[in-house]
Amino acid sequence: MTVASAAAVTGSQGLWFVSRGSGLVLLVLLSAIVVLGAATRAGWAPRRWPRFAVAELHRTLSLFAVALLALHVLTALLDRYVTIGWAATVIPFASPYRRLAVGLGTLAADIGAAVLLTSVLRSRLGYRWWRAVHWLAYLAWPAAFVHALTAGNDLRGGWAAVIGWGSAVVVTVAALPRPGTVRYRTAAPPPAGAQRRVPARQATRR
Amino acid sequence: MTAGLRLRVDPIACDGRGLCAELLPGLIALDDWGFPILCQQDVPDALRGEASAAVRACPRLALHLEPRS
Amino acid sequence: MNRPATSPPATGSLSRLLPGDRVARPGTLAGHLARHGIRPDCAGGGRRREELLAEVERAGLAGRGGAAFPAAAKLRALAAAWPRPVVIANGVEGEPASDKDKMLLAVAPHLVLDGAVGAAELTGAGQVVIVAHHAVAPIVSRAAAERRRAGQDPVPVRVMTAAGSFIAGEASAVVNWVERGLATPTGRPPRLGGPGRRPALVQNVETLAHLALILRHGATWFTSAGTPDEPGSMLVTLLGAVRRPGVYEIGIGTPVSGLIELAGGATAPLSALLIGGYFGTWTEPGTVLPLPFSATGLAPADAGPGAGVVAALPRTACGLAETARITRYLADSSAGQCGPCLFGLHAIAGQLDRLAAGTRCDLATVQRWLGDVTGRGACRHPDGTALMVGSALRVFRAEARLHSRGWCSGTGAAGILPVPGQARP
Repeated sequence: MTVASAAAVTGSQGLWFVSRGSGLVLLVLLSAIVVLGAATRAGWAPRRWPRFAVAELHRTLSLFAVALLALHVLTALLDRYVTIGWAATVIPFASPYRRLAVGLGTLAADIGAAVLLTSVLRSRLGYRWWRAVHWLAYLAWPAAFVHALTAGNDLRGGWAAVIGWGSAVVVTVAALPRPGTVRYRTAAPPPAGAQRRVPARQATRR
Repeated sequence: MTAGLRLRVDPIACDGRGLCAELLPGLIALDDWGFPILCQQDVPDALRGEASAAVRACPRLALHLEPRS
Repeated sequence: MNRPATSPPATGSLSRLLPGDRVARPGTLAGHLARHGIRPDCAGGGRRREELLAEVERAGLAGRGGAAFPAAAKLRALAAAWPRPVVIANGVEGEPASDKDKMLLAVAPHLVLDGAVGAAELTGAGQVVIVAHHAVAPIVSRAAAERRRAGQDPVPVRVMTAAGSFIAGEASAVVNWVERGLATPTGRPPRLGGPGRRPALVQNVETLAHLALILRHGATWFTSAGTPDEPGSMLVTLLGAVRRPGVYEIGIGTPVSGLIELAGGATAPLSALLIGGYFGTWTEPGTVLPLPFSATGLAPADAGPGAGVVAALPRTACGLAETARITRYLADSSAGQCGPCLFGLHAIAGQLDRLAAGTRCDLATVQRWLGDVTGRGACRHPDGTALMVGSALRVFRAEARLHSRGWCSGTGAAGILPVPGQARP
């Protein structure tokens, strides 16, 4: 590797690459978060997984996504290849560069911030307000996806397109309302003759 | 010594998701339809952390930890 | 002004609330004033209020809606409440077997409204809302309009028609109905306020009628009927295998056999009596007939007066079939907010249907379910149902054994006990 190319990677171009790369990972991560959120709501868990594991993974990945989002936004701001402007990080459609595309990304991030804030304050806000804001997440994902399609050219083809569109399919399937779970509770009655679960013996603690 | 705590389920909010019983198997069992039965209301001091985790984990905010009156 | 009778006549029936001649006709304001006189003013300063509250306490008036909570305690709790409470008169009578509240509102609406307005003055409430069963709501509306024209009441009186469901009569459901138009329990005690956050005094209409008379005639008069522990008179509904089913007014403590006599006696040998209503207890005639109709009196039979219903089941009827019909109705009447009630009662009703039909059923599991649903809902709907079913399984044990072999001792069609919406087989 020559000095010149090393300089190219670590220079402005490097930041741009990190922004794009983190953006793609973020899209996959966000897709996983939405799928896990839908699974939590439906009470679904993979076999042998307790339900709280699905819920906790959803939470944990969300927090990780915040960190990755910070990296994505910061690198996009700092690089000199495109001008986005600090205001556009919070105000949607305020960027001179690809206004609509970047704006959708900002919108998704703003919704994400609202979801995060209400989740942290959930016990104080009460269930209804928390749920109302949380439903906006179903708006955040399409905004992020269109942002990914239009803010850069990466999803035009190749394996990035496969990942991007694959995520879209998975999220759509997960988000579809399931017939039969609407009227009654999400806990389905067990089949006749099912045994009652007895509490496990409490382990003695020192 | 801090006051004792006890668990309370809001039966209208509860949807039978079952996360509480997974996190507090000693204190919460599930009935035939997946809804929680509090085997005992009072939370032993040793299980306070788990009880708080269960309260936070409930997707419907139906589990409450309250001081024993 | 006619002074009502102070001692019960020989037949055991009283005419404090109901007119003595037992002719059901709507009560006019003029007729009411002629019989009972003008409603005494209960407002005016803390001293007067405290005197009257003490009088109600001395009278020992307990709620007549089924829970028998001391009325004075409720009034005191709400007199101290802020913001100003609302008085809600509960005339919903969701229980299909009970007719007493409808009867009372039909023949003596002004007595009920007097009591409600008196309660409003005693608690400092700014409004009275009376929720009436749809069958009598027009009568109550007319009565309220009469009073408005006569300038009778210091607080506005609003008349609402009740929702038609069983659960609509539950105290927090009535508050919810008044505030939001939803007849479902909220799990929040009414005195803490409904969704509008105004504390509510919810009283059964019969309780308010008694209150109206206590405020006129005092505690000594009130306690001249009934027992020392449970004073006063109460309305009871008698139905089933009796000659003259209907609503009667009795002194508390009258023996159950006296109640049956009041209704003209049994029309056939009886196999069981359902005491209290659909949340009450099935009992054997031999055990319960000599007992006084009061909470302490019925305790040896594990029963209580409840909503004042006594249903007589003849030997020709099958107690298990009746129980199965009632349980199915109660299960369908669940508000559907709490899983154990929604699923549990449905499962119990399913097993009882099988038991009544003579097919294999799992009574051990039913017993476990009765324990599982108790205390795990936002209201007492599953608890009351479990109590009634538990008593049925005890009292009709021999019948259950017959059913397990495919036999049934009932010869008549099921349908002694009324269940709305279910056709008689």
